[in-house]
Amino acid sequence: MRTMRRTVDRTAGKVMSMREAVAAFVHDGDTVSLEGFTHLIPTAAGHEIIRQGRRDLTVVRMTADIVVDQMLAAGCVARLVSSFVGNSSAGSLGELRRRVERADPEPLVFEEYSHYGMVCRYLAGAQRLPFYPLRSYAGSDLPAVNPGIRKVTSPYPAADGSTEQIYVVPPVQPDVTIIHAQRADHRGNTQIWGLTGVQAEAVYAAEKAVVVVEELVADAVIRADPNRTLVPAHAVDAVVVCPRGAHPSFAQGYYDRDNAFYRAWSAISKDPERLRGWLEEWVYGTVDHAEYAAKLGEEFWAGLAVGEALSEPVNYGRRL
Amino acid sequence: MSGQRAGGTGPVTSSELLSVVAARELACRRTVFAGIGLPTLAAELARLTVAPGIEVVYESGVCGAHPSQLPETIADAVLITGAEAVVSMPTLFGSVLQGGHIDVGFLGAAQIDRWGNLNTSVIGEWERPSVRLPGSGGAVEVMANAREVFVVMRRHTPRSFADVLDFCTTPGPDRALADGIRPLGVGVTRVITELGVLARDGVGDELRLVAVHPGVTVEQVRAATGWKLKATDRVTTTDPPAPAELRLLRDDVDPNRVYLR
Repeated sequence: MRTMRRTVDRTAGKVMSMREAVAAFVHDGDTVSLEGFTHLIPTAAGHEIIRQGRRDLTVVRMTADIVVDQMLAAGCVARLVSSFVGNSSAGSLGELRRRVERADPEPLVFEEYSHYGMVCRYLAGAQRLPFYPLRSYAGSDLPAVNPGIRKVTSPYPAADGSTEQIYVVPPVQPDVTIIHAQRADHRGNTQIWGLTGVQAEAVYAAEKAVVVVEELVADAVIRADPNRTLVPAHAVDAVVVCPRGAHPSFAQGYYDRDNAFYRAWSAISKDPERLRGWLEEWVYGTVDHAEYAAKLGEEFWAGLAVGEALSEPVNYGRRL
Repeated sequence: MSGQRAGGTGPVTSSELLSVVAARELACRRTVFAGIGLPTLAAELARLTVAPGIEVVYESGVCGAHPSQLPETIADAVLITGAEAVVSMPTLFGSVLQGGHIDVGFLGAAQIDRWGNLNTSVIGEWERPSVRLPGSGGAVEVMANAREVFVVMRRHTPRSFADVLDFCTTPGPDRALADGIRPLGVGVTRVITELGVLARDGVGDELRLVAVHPGVTVEQVRAATGWKLKATDRVTTTDPPAPAELRLLRDDVDPNRVYLR
C-alpha cells in the first residue's frame, strides 16, 4: 500500500556529527543504501557504521566495492543487493568472495542485479511505483537466481501490433540512504557536480536520508546556482560535514582518487588476518574520520591534490 | 613510472596488437560505449586514426570524453574535466543506452559461448561458486541495447571460450528471442583475442574465425576454443600494427603503460 512520505522540515538546521547521524538513522536490521558511482563514495559513513557495530544490515549499493568489503569483514552485513561486486578494475574483494564462495565466516544473502536494474529499483522506490520495466534480462540466467526480476506482458500492443513482454524489477525503499556530496547548506540543499550517479533517486527512494559533505556553505552559495542542487532540503534528514570522507574514492574539485589504495586492497583483503589488522588500525583505531584523514598525513593528501578547472558563471537573472 | 618504453621500437606485445585491431574495427562508428583497459586504448587510438569524430561514452555517465591523460577507471576525474557532457545513471542507462544511441559497446567476460552470450558472474554454481566474479555491471544493458558489441578477450582458452557457460549473465539476441523478447541490437559481432578475430553477423549466427594474428594457425585457435569452431572460407592474417599506429599508441595514448603490457 502506498503511503505519504513523512514530511521533513525543510527550514530546520540538520547539521550533526557523523556519530550522531549514524546513531540516529542506522539501526540493526535496517536496509541501508550507500550510493556514489565510483565518485563520492560515502566511505566515512561506512566506517562509522563499523565503529558503532551495526548488525544484520541489508546493504544496497550498485557497485559494491571496498567500503562494502570492509563492512562485510566487520560483520555488519547479512544481505547485499548489488549489480557489481568487485574492486573497481583493480582486483577482487577478498571478504566478499570468502562469504559467497565458502560461507566463511558466515553465509551472505546476495541479490544480484544489473546496473540499470538497480537504477530502476531506485526509480520505482522514489516514485512509489509497484515495479519498473526495463529492456534487460531477456535470456539471462539472473531471473532464475533472483525472483525479484520478473517478466510481465505489456498492456499495450507493440508498434507492429504484437503482444510485448518485458522484465520488471521491484522498488527498493531503504530505511536510510547515505550519500557523499561536495557541498550543502545547513538545511540540506545538496550540490553535486561531476559524476552524479544515482544519488538523487537513492535519496528519494529512502525513508530517511543522510548527506555527508566536503563543505557546509551559506544559503547564498546554493541559491546562486540552484541547477547544481541535486537533492533539495525537503528530502534530507541530516547533514554531516566530513572533509575527505569519500577516500579512497574522489570528490571532483577537492581530491583525486587514491588508485594505489584500490590496487593494495586486493592483497589486504585476501588475507583475513591482514584485513582484520587493517580495520583495527584504520577504523576501530580512529575515533572518527578526522583522525583517519589526519593519520594519512598531509604529505599523502598533497599527492591527491587536484588542479583548477573553473566553469564559466551563467546568468540566472530575472526581469528588472 | 613514466614511459620507459615510450617511443620504443620493441616487439609488438599482445595488448598492443589487440588495441590496434580493435581500433581498426571502429572505423566509421560514431558512438562507442567503452570500458576501462583495452577498449579505452582502442577508442582513443581510433580517434587519432580511423574515427576522428568518435564519441566515447563511459558507464559512469560521461559522454564525449576528452581526457588529457589516459583514465585509470571509468570514473577517473580526468574524464570529467573537459568532457562534453556528464549525465546521471537514469539518463545514461535509460535514455542514452536503452534509447538506442550507442553504435558499439565494448564488453569483456570470463566466459563467452559460440552465440556471443557472456558470463561475468560465477565459475561453478551460482549458489556456491568456486569463483565469484563481479557480475553484470551494465553489461546486460549494453548487450541488449547497443547496435553491436565488440568483445575483447586477452586470454583465448577452452575454459574462456566455453561450449556451455557456467552461468549466462549477459545474453545475446538468440537467447533473448527464445525468452520472447527482441533486443534492439544484434549482439556480439566481433571477438578480438590474443590469437585472432572471431565474427558473427547477427541473430542465428555462430561466431566464426575470420582472422588469425601473425604466426598463429587456424588449428591453434580451434584447439584453444571449447566448441567446434567454424572458420570462414578464407581466414586472413591480421595486418601487424603499422609503425604509425604503434607510435600513436605508445607515445600519445598510453605513454605511462597503464594498460599496455
